[in-house]
Amino acid sequence: MDTKEVNSASTPLIISDGCCVHFGNTPALESVNFSIDKGKKVAVVGPNGGGKSTLFNAIAGLVPLEEGSLTIEGKNPEDSKGAVSYVPQKDLINWNFPLSVKQVVEMGLINRKTISIFSRKKINNKIKEALKNVGLLEKIDENIKSLSGGQIQRVLIARALAQDADILLLDEAFSAVDIGAQEDIMQLINSINLDGKTILIATHDVNNLEDKFDEVLCLNKHCCAYGDPSEVLTPEVIEEMYGSHIDLINNAHLPSSKNND
Amino acid sequence: MIDIFLEPFKYDFMIRSLITAIASGAMLSTLGPFTINRNMGFMADAMAHATLPIIAVGVFLGFSISELGVPAAILIAVLLGVIIKNTNVGEDTAIGIIFSSFFALGFVLISLLNVTINLEDLLFGQILAVNTSDVYIVVFLLLLVVTIVLLFFKQLLFYSFDPIGAEVKGLNTSFLNYLFLILLSIAIVGSLQTVGIILVLSMLIIPAAAAKLVSNTFVTSIKVSIVFGVTASITGLYLSYFFNLPSGPSMSLVATAIFVVAFLSNKIRKKGSLSTVTIS
Repeated sequence: MDTKEVNSASTPLIISDGCCVHFGNTPALESVNFSIDKGKKVAVVGPNGGGKSTLFNAIAGLVPLEEGSLTIEGKNPEDSKGAVSYVPQKDLINWNFPLSVKQVVEMGLINRKTISIFSRKKINNKIKEALKNVGLLEKIDENIKSLSGGQIQRVLIARALAQDADILLLDEAFSAVDIGAQEDIMQLINSINLDGKTILIATHDVNNLEDKFDEVLCLNKHCCAYGDPSEVLTPEVIEEMYGSHIDLINNAHLPSSKNND
Repeated sequence: MIDIFLEPFKYDFMIRSLITAIASGAMLSTLGPFTINRNMGFMADAMAHATLPIIAVGVFLGFSISELGVPAAILIAVLLGVIIKNTNVGEDTAIGIIFSSFFALGFVLISLLNVTINLEDLLFGQILAVNTSDVYIVVFLLLLVVTIVLLFFKQLLFYSFDPIGAEVKGLNTSFLNYLFLILLSIAIVGSLQTVGIILVLSMLIIPAAAAKLVSNTFVTSIKVSIVFGVTASITGLYLSYFFNLPSGPSMSLVATAIFVVAFLSNKIRKKGSLSTVTIS
């Protein structure tokens, strides 16, 4: 397993040490080791059922660990709620509710208390600021369902920004979104990342990862590789994740292909 | 003209019925939009049917149906919630099993305990039989449901829209889940004398469904649902008085008529906006 050495000057934010998650008798994640530094953009790749969403659920404190440990700034995920914002896959959200963009972004400011600690004016300002950051302020009063797939992702990112979480988990942020919208989301992620947020994105696309992300975490139940995409995304790692389908991937970007040039 | 509308209320029992009808209609239609958007209609129907054995035992022990209200509602909500969560046969199947078995158990207990209950009234409602203490209890239940919904509105909405996002944010989603089940159960048990076990679902679902067709936002749909629910309750009560009809089914049919009007107006409005687009 390739594991990037942690730079002594950097601050490890998320540390997974032999993390295992089981659903009944079925292992979903086995002995996953990695250490993500603060402020990194990390792509989490792997096949369907490879454990990407399970890992996000573990980081978010939604599933218990069978073995090992997972810490966020030295704390258990259950104790770090509020520091993590999760944008789930689109089909896990109940779209029956006719909600405005404003209501969805405001969810980032809701907590256990029934009476908000913020004044109405402050809440409105935070919502507007978050929507301005994702370029959708003019859509504030529109029904969320009237937006395109890319715009919905940006609204959910605005919700995370309103929450002011340090870590953003985006599950399949690029699926069912056209190429133009993918570029918009990526630009947005870059600008959020510049503000010091740590961002993990689960994606199926392993092409050009080195242009977009600082690090890649390759999962297929276990950690196949973790580190700089241009170094760790070798044909062997791709094959370990996806079996013999390596020809489906644009291998011009793979390290071994570069060596052949 | 106004005398005709006031005529039924020269009788005390009609005043009691009117207050109970309004309270039941408002209580059910407040929760209706949450129920239909969360696809919980079948669950609500199971809750209504699951009340039968509890009513049988309660009446046997000397309580009235409305006195059983809150404790019965909590018992049903927790029972259903726990059984559904802990059986891995699928939520729909688990609800179906509880629905039919509890209903059957209710009939068996009524027979075994020799409980004196008018089954037709229990199944279809008999609002004209409510006494003053029933009225107080139903109004109290309405205030309880509305207050809790207002207090937890944003949390319930977040949890209903995005349960994973809500849990990650730190909301107590298990509490919110049971809270909604208990509120739903309270509204159902509190409305049994108005519309009965079989028809309570119609007053929960139909005003909310009609409101959804003519509303743009969720908050508006709740307000419109309450207006439709209360209108159906009052109109149904009038129809039952003037035409000597059963009150529960009359309310249910008025709610259905409101839904048909909302459905047609929604169709016409959509057709109108479509032809405007075509012309432009």
